[in-house]
Amino acid sequence: MNAPLVEVRGLTKHFTRGGGLFQKGTVVKAVDGVSFSIDEGETFGLVGESGSGKSTTGRCMLRLVEPTSGEVRYAGEDVLAFSSSRMRAARRHMQMIFQDPYSSLNPRMKARDIVDEPLIIHKLGSKRERGDRVAELFRLVGLDPAHLDRYPHEFSGGQRQRIGLARALALEPKFIIADEPVSALDVSIQAQVVNLLMDLQERLQLTYLFIAHDLRLVRHICRRVAVMYLGRIVEMGDTEAIFANPAHPYTRALLSAIPVTDPDAPRQRIDLDPASVSRDAALVEVAPGHLAAVQ
Amino acid sequence: MAADVLLSVQGLTTVFDVGATPLVAVNDVSFDIRKGETLGLVGESGSGKSVTAYSLLRLVQPPGRIAGGRVVFQGRDLLTLPEKEMCGVRGAGIGLVFQEPMAALNPVMRVGRQIGESLVVHGLASSREARDRAIELLRAVKIVDPETRVDDYPHQLSGGMRQRVMLAVALACKPPLVIADEPTTALDVTVQAQILDLLREMKNTFDLSLLLITHDLGVIAEVADRVAVMYAGRIVEEGPVRTIFRAPAHPYTRGLLASIPHGRTGERLVAIDGVVPNLAHLPPGCAFAPRCASRLADCERAVPPEVRLADDHRARCVLHAATGAGADR
Ligand SMILES: Nc1ncnc2c1ncn2[C@@H]1O[C@H](COP(=O)(O)OP(=O)(O)OP(=O)(O)O)[C@@H](O)[C@H]1O
Ligand SMILES: Nc1ncnc2c1ncn2[C@@H]1O[C@H](COP(=O)(O)OP(=O)(O)O)[C@@H](O)[C@H]1O
Ligand code: SF4
Ligand SMILES: [Mg+2]
Ligand SMILES: [Mg+2]
Repeated sequence: MNAPLVEVRGLTKHFTRGGGLFQKGTVVKAVDGVSFSIDEGETFGLVGESGSGKSTTGRCMLRLVEPTSGEVRYAGEDVLAFSSSRMRAARRHMQMIFQDPYSSLNPRMKARDIVDEPLIIHKLGSKRERGDRVAELFRLVGLDPAHLDRYPHEFSGGQRQRIGLARALALEPKFIIADEPVSALDVSIQAQVVNLLMDLQERLQLTYLFIAHDLRLVRHICRRVAVMYLGRIVEMGDTEAIFANPAHPYTRALLSAIPVTDPDAPRQRIDLDPASVSRDAALVEVAPGHLAAVQ
Repeated sequence: MAADVLLSVQGLTTVFDVGATPLVAVNDVSFDIRKGETLGLVGESGSGKSVTAYSLLRLVQPPGRIAGGRVVFQGRDLLTLPEKEMCGVRGAGIGLVFQEPMAALNPVMRVGRQIGESLVVHGLASSREARDRAIELLRAVKIVDPETRVDDYPHQLSGGMRQRVMLAVALACKPPLVIADEPTTALDVTVQAQILDLLREMKNTFDLSLLLITHDLGVIAEVADRVAVMYAGRIVEEGPVRTIFRAPAHPYTRGLLASIPHGRTGERLVAIDGVVPNLAHLPPGCAFAPRCASRLADCERAVPPEVRLADDHRARCVLHAATGAGADR
């Protein structure tokens, strides 16, 4: 068996919020001792409610924010020890698709130039080749190349999200942290993009960390998944095993929130009682390869 | 028009005057919403859902303009109402909940004042009463500790709480109709589930009619009584939620249903191939034809007529032209 491509051990990120001259700020433990590993070619899912620390975990792995402590290894190398120039070079292989493309799209640039920009920066292809590639990327994400010369405001919200995705895919990175790459897309187009992500994975041996809210989607794409709650992983294992036998109360609540597409099916929401979650419970094996933070 | 119809939209057409020929973003759209009923409006982004919502409230900004149709609300055509009366309808008659609560809420005004303001504007409360009403409304939308939260600014609230505040603003004047444009799209699943539960509950307590706009049929199944499916500016199918889920007639509706992830790990999702058409270059016949696996030669000749498949079920597709009871208009 291969060594994992990506290994994260005890990753921790504390933010200090508020505070000032005479007052100590409160410490937010956004990520609190998170460990997991991802094999080459695998898609590993990270799910959890808003604010549970998913994006911060991803950002720490690429050092878009500096972790407070912990270890991140990529292909055996200690990413946290990279010099800043070494890190910049590494980021071409480790790309992040961001959650919020609105702020990342320059309103004064045409869609064409937004997608073209990373190709120019990394000097990939002649002007003509780049033009073809940009049009191809546009089609891949479900956009009409006839709209290439439009500005972001001339696209609907969903269409803007696709431009951001086309831009991120331009460099064909090796390891992609996809932070809710499709949550703003139409369900029908989500399917296209997810199929596309799966195709690209097969063709180019891509490895994904897939951060998502939509468990229906995660079930399709991720062989293994980790559930985060308040900065910690509370459950981790094979996706099917977790769907079949969720062990942690938060995971159960999360699964019960999946919209039911049958108008006649009974709704059985499980509300999470925060008192039922022990902050200190360590991950224990509840079944082979299935860990949960339960007593 | 049936007596219990609250809102009747007839032949609504909204265009954008950009380029040589106007873009028809909303094309001859008709639907009714009855008292206490929830109509779900689904479609991909760019299909014209939001422009429809804005048109109903006459909030379309140039280069957009309403080019035709009637919007009959409580017996009056909103499209011919003097602007002053229309102001009364907005908020007091029809409440609006946006997709992006952060963009819709005033960042420098305490949420309590934003909720109370429309009560004061519509002469339904004094400024002093407005604060108490705001607290009541925050409690109604299940905000914990409303007495404190009433003085918060929007940025101090989570996304789910902001959406609850938006709902409180929309409900403040007890409008008989609320339009919710993708109210849960920006939220995570657990919060989405809570907001959907809340919408259902509000519908009952406030005896609301609801126009719920979304691209997620999963959301529709949870809340709507009837569903209208929009594609490239037109309603292509409309029917009771059960019919739409159990026996969808239009290939686009079928595609939307199939694309909801429901399978197991490693399985490919079922996508609708192709792209949403550019409104400036719509195909001459059925706008869905380039993406439709059931396409026939006829489809590309003329826009298919609307066919009534049952009293409460209609679709715009040639597959049903022969079987249906004939075009209704
Ligand atoms: N720059 C920052 N300064 C202070 N606190 C921060 C900062 N970035 C994130 N946080 C806090 O860290 C926690 C985790 O945030 P994070 O963005 O990782 O959540 P998430 O799981 O990605 O949520 P979502 O699903 O909403 O994207 C939150 O409490 C957040 O408010
Ligand atoms: N200000 C505008 N100028 C030109 N076209 C617009 C404008 N606003 C919306 N449109 C067009 O109208 C159509 C419908 O948009 P919209 O109602 O926002 O879609 P939806 O809400 O279904 O995603 C889209 O094709 C969009 O490009
Ligand atoms: S009219 Fe033709 S192309 Fe359009 S949806 Fe029906 S079968 Fe498909
Ligand atoms: Mg995030
Ligand atoms: Mg919209």
